[in-house]
Order: sequence, then C-alpha cells, then structure tokens
Amino acid sequence: MTPTAIRVNNIGKEYRLGQLMNTYRTLRESITERVRKNRQSTEKDNTMPNSIWALRNVSFDVNQGQVLGVVGRNGAGKSTLLKILSRVTEPTEGSAEIHGRVGSLLEVGTGFHPELTGRENIFLNGAILGMRKTEIESKFDEIVDFAEVEQFIDTPVKRYSSGMYLRLAFAVAAHLEPEILIVDEVLAVGDAEFQRKCLGKMSDVAKQGRTVMFVSHNMSAILRLTEETLVIDRGQLLLRAPTQEAVDFYLSRGLTQEGQRQWLVDEIPAKSAPFKPISIRLLDKKGNVIDTVRSTEESFIEFEYSLVKAVKGLRVGIYLITARGEFVFTSFDTDDEDTFIALSQREAGNYISRVKIPANLLNRGRFVPGVNASSFSIRTYFHDEQALAFNVDASGAPGTHWPEPRMGPIRPALKWEIKKLDHAN
Amino acid sequence: MVSGKPKITLPMQNTLDTRVTLIKPSFGWAALNLRDLWIYRELILFMTWRDLKVRYKQTLLGASWAVLQPFLTMVVFSIFFGNLAKVPSDGVPYPIFSYTALIPWTLFSKALHDASHSLVSNRHMITKIYFPRMILPLASVLAGVVDFLIAFIVLIAMMIFYGIAPTSNIWTLPLFLILALVTAIGVGLWLSALNVLYRDINYVLPFLTQFWMFLTPIAYPSSMVPQQFQMMYALNPMTGVVEGFRWALLGSGQAPGVQTLISSLVALLLLVTGLVYFRRTERQFADMV
Repeated sequence: MTPTAIRVNNIGKEYRLGQLMNTYRTLRESITERVRKNRQSTEKDNTMPNSIWALRNVSFDVNQGQVLGVVGRNGAGKSTLLKILSRVTEPTEGSAEIHGRVGSLLEVGTGFHPELTGRENIFLNGAILGMRKTEIESKFDEIVDFAEVEQFIDTPVKRYSSGMYLRLAFAVAAHLEPEILIVDEVLAVGDAEFQRKCLGKMSDVAKQGRTVMFVSHNMSAILRLTEETLVIDRGQLLLRAPTQEAVDFYLSRGLTQEGQRQWLVDEIPAKSAPFKPISIRLLDKKGNVIDTVRSTEESFIEFEYSLVKAVKGLRVGIYLITARGEFVFTSFDTDDEDTFIALSQREAGNYISRVKIPANLLNRGRFVPGVNASSFSIRTYFHDEQALAFNVDASGAPGTHWPEPRMGPIRPALKWEIKKLDHAN
Repeated sequence: MVSGKPKITLPMQNTLDTRVTLIKPSFGWAALNLRDLWIYRELILFMTWRDLKVRYKQTLLGASWAVLQPFLTMVVFSIFFGNLAKVPSDGVPYPIFSYTALIPWTLFSKALHDASHSLVSNRHMITKIYFPRMILPLASVLAGVVDFLIAFIVLIAMMIFYGIAPTSNIWTLPLFLILALVTAIGVGLWLSALNVLYRDINYVLPFLTQFWMFLTPIAYPSSMVPQQFQMMYALNPMTGVVEGFRWALLGSGQAPGVQTLISSLVALLLLVTGLVYFRRTERQFADMV
C-alpha cells in the first residue's frame, strides 16, 4: 500500500464577513463591539449571518506520488483549501496531516522585491519558498537557464518585462524540490509559450514521484496533469473521481450554470475592480433565455457588466471550450480594429456585450463559454473560464440523416460540389 | 536509465514518520513553536539583508542617514539643552553625552517603527505563503543593528576628538546592546501584531516614541530624577540601556545595579509577553492583514 502524503479530516474554515470585505477593525470598534456583546449577550440578533463557511466537512486522502486536481467555480473554496494545507491560514475546525516537506505555490514571485536584481531575488524568493542557501546555489544556473534571463540577472527586476518577471518567478518555484507540491492557478498568467513551458515542468515534477495538488480552471491542464480530481462547490467536496469523470461531472452537472448566470458578490475577486461582471445569458434569436442551442439556428451570448470608472483599451470577450477542455474559439467585442479605435476608452456605466453565434457552426455536445475582460498587455480585469454551459442539439444539421456521432467540436455547413468526370481513368 | 547523473531521489520512507505536520485550529495559548523559527533561520538573515539592501535605494545620501539622524539630533540637543538650558551632563561634554545615548535610542526607535509596519507592509507574503511570521519583525529589528554600527564609528571619532578613553568596562557594552534589542523585539512583537488587527498603531507610535524618549535619560542625566522616583524610573528598560552605555563608554553616571536588574527584568517580561501575544494572534494574520 502506498503511504499517505496528505490526510484531510473534516476541515472547515469560517470567515467573518468583515474579513471578506477586507476591512480591519479599529481599536474603538473592537472595544465597543465587546461592550455591545456583553450587553446583548442575552438577546439574540439573528438578522444577518455575520460569518460564512468558505469550506466545511471536507475530508480526503492523497497518496504519495499522486497528482490530484481540484476544480470548482470562483469562490467555491479551492483556494481556501490550498491555503489551509500550505499553512497560510488555520482551519476553524477539523485537522489535516501532511507527511513531508511542503512547497506551496499560491502565486508566482511571492516576496520578489522590485528594487533587487534578478540574482538577489532568486535567493530571497528561494528562501521564502523554504529552500536552503546551498540548495539555491546548486540550482542557480538551472534556474537562470529556465527563465532565460542570463543577460539581465544583475538588473533590478523592476526593469524586467512582465514576461521575464514571470519566467524568473516561476523558475525559482519550479526548482523547489519538496515532497509535496501545492499549486494554485499560477498558470493563468503569462503567454502561451510560458504556459506550455510551465505545464511541461509540472508534468516533470509529477513524473518524479512527488505528490502534487493542483488547482486550475484550465480543464485541459487538469486533464493532462492529474489522475484524480476533486470537485468542490460552495465549500463542500462534491466528488472525487478519475479526472475525466470529474471534469465531465463538473462541466455537465450544472456546476457551471445553464442558460444564464449571475455573479454573486463572493465570486467576484476584489482585484477585478473597476470591472464588475453582472450576468451572462444564452439567448435564441427571439431573445428567450435557452440552455440548448439548435445547431441550425443562430444564437446569442450576452454578457452584462459594469465599469466603476472609465477603462482604457478594454476588450470583453468569450472563449468557447468543449466539455473535454479543448478550445473552440476566442473572440473579443473589439476584434474589429475600427471599433477598437472608436471605443479606445469605455466610460463608467453598465454595458452589455453581445455576440452572435452563427447557425451551422457547432456540433452536438456540451460547450462552456468563458469570459475575459482585459486591456491587452496591461492587465486582465476579470476572467472566468466556466461562466456558463450549454448543449448543442444538432438535429437537422448537415448529415444528421445518418444517425452517427460526428467527430470534432464544429459542424459547419460546407458547400460541396460533386462532378461526374467523363473519362473514368 | 542506468548511468548518468543521479536523478533526484526523495528520501520518502524516512521522512514519512519524522516530518509530519499537523494542521488544526489552535486555541488559547499556542505553543511558541521556536523549532520552526530555527528551521527558517536562513530566512531571517535573508529578510534582514533585503531590508538593508532596499532601505537606502534611491536616496541621495544612502547609508549616511544612519549617522545623520542621531548626529543632527545631537546637534539640536547640544544647542538647546546643552548650551541654552544648561542641562548638566555628568561632567562629560554635552555633545558626546547625548550622542552616546542617542545611538542606542535611534536603534530602538527605528526598530519599533520598522517592526510595527513589518507585517502590514509584507501582507502579500503573509497571505500567500507560510513561514514563521515572527521573522518579519525580527528581521526589521536586526537590520537596525547595521545602522547602529555605522553610527557607532562616529561615536569612536567623537571620543578621539574629545580625548575620552573608553573605560575598562567596555566589555559590558554588548550586554547593553542585547538589552536594547530584547526590549525592541519585545515591544516590536506587540506593536506588529497589534497593527495587523488595529491600524490605530500607526497613530499611536509617533507619540509612544516621543514620550518614551523623554522618559529615557537622553537629553538629561538620570541623576536629575528625584531619588524617590528612581526605582519607578528604572522600569523603563531603555534607562538601563542608556545608563549602561554611558557607564561602559564614558565612565559617567551610575554603575549598573538594582536599577539595571529591574530594567532587564522588564525587558524580559516585554519579550515573553510579546512572544505569547504574537503567537496567539498569528493565526489570524492571513485573514486580517
């Protein structure tokens, strides 16, 4: 029997709402609160719950050498779970046992200081991640090599491009050699090349027999790297299953809502401001909310959001992903260059960005639109890879008179010509 | 693969039983867990080094600030207290009398300031990764020691200038430095932890340091304090530090005695309560900071 690396026993984490809203108490508040509590100790005020459970009754084991994925919507409790396991925060109840040295990567570049050079930051960041000085020294060349920053190693990192910065930050973390590696959505940043490189490094780590827990919204990364996956929703562990099964479950059992979806306050990260997602809907051409699209008819995806203040260079878009995690397409509302120039700044206010999905495009199956609001090369405001889910019904589509499944996520109506040649040879 | 570099092999079996971390809610008086601090001892040095590296970046005068702060204060004190108010200085020239006190005091007050902000200004680290949080205030206090040493060189120059030879008690100086550090760490732990929960500390701190400075015999000799208050006066550990510095270096003032003992006990009390309070509140830091 393989020994256990992580054993989680009925873990729960309660947050006071004040903590979530990111306020801190002042001394006066704390004193008056205490006085009030004493006075009201007999009365009950149940008008509003002043705490929520970000995680509750979660139990599972991870064997040594296992690579375990964790999926769930924003605010489902995934990050809280990882924070507890990496000892950043304490659970409110329950317990967990960790057998071995833990390296946690909840963010790349934690502790990087902009004024320090690349070389200095490698040592500092390595020490923060729990590496010994000798260990960092022995891996120094490898790290610099992986990050491709040899020339700039003695330049302060504040002069680095964002790509170089990320590469260096990830390189340090990737050369950490803990027995257990805990990774949060760190791959959501960076360009495609960087992501590919990181995923490659992650699968190397997994192959070396280390235990990995990996949270991601990127279903294809989860499918590629993990054997088993936990599905977490509203602080509960819903399912633990082989990854393909867990991903299917997650994408198809309504964990991503069907037809329409409103973002709850606790699902919107504070850092998305000034962008605030409101809702997303799938509509037919008469404007009714639907959860199944007929392949032969056009449909619309409507994304409603508000801007608290004006944003320059904003683009709001969707990408469509299949239930297997393959990307079908990506499209932004300012893909048309003239529109982009005309809308170089979007004023504060409420907006709807609506896109038409043409008829005869998608094949039968289940699709998940994600949304993204960003200013190119400046920052990503908001990002939700599973904003919604819908089915496509292909009846009446080209070729459906043969009752057989067709391969591929799209099923376009293509023009064929058939010509009879006069001479058979 | 048969040959080649030895691949990373993990000592899995033997770490299994030895390195078990138990994560559970802690209640009441948490254990001090100084073992973790020992495991992360290199990080203390790295953070100290970072604080030093970063401190004088983009300043014109750089590390001269370490000297200028106590030195200019000494000049002001010498003009107003020494020359105009004619405050006695135990028979030592007033400038050197006050500067000898100002260098441990500057170490102390800067340590309080840096330590009390250390957790809040590193909140991005606290919410993303585990390490013993105590490292942050400790590193801020230690980084001040380097400034202290730089300022001390100027003191040596001044002693040569005034022709004052250090006493044979100079070997006790490190002990008084340790007393100052213990006090600074104790109070720094209190303030840094309190600052996470109550940002009032930002407003309290300037007053606290100012009052504390007047309660410490920096601009005046402790002999000016009436006899019946001397014991109470010694409750301030910095009194013991300043008196000790003058005694060991200049041979002025009182030799260490009951008052120094009282100062040391209070410093120790501050350290122990600071450690305990810090540990008790530490578990909320990531959620509150």
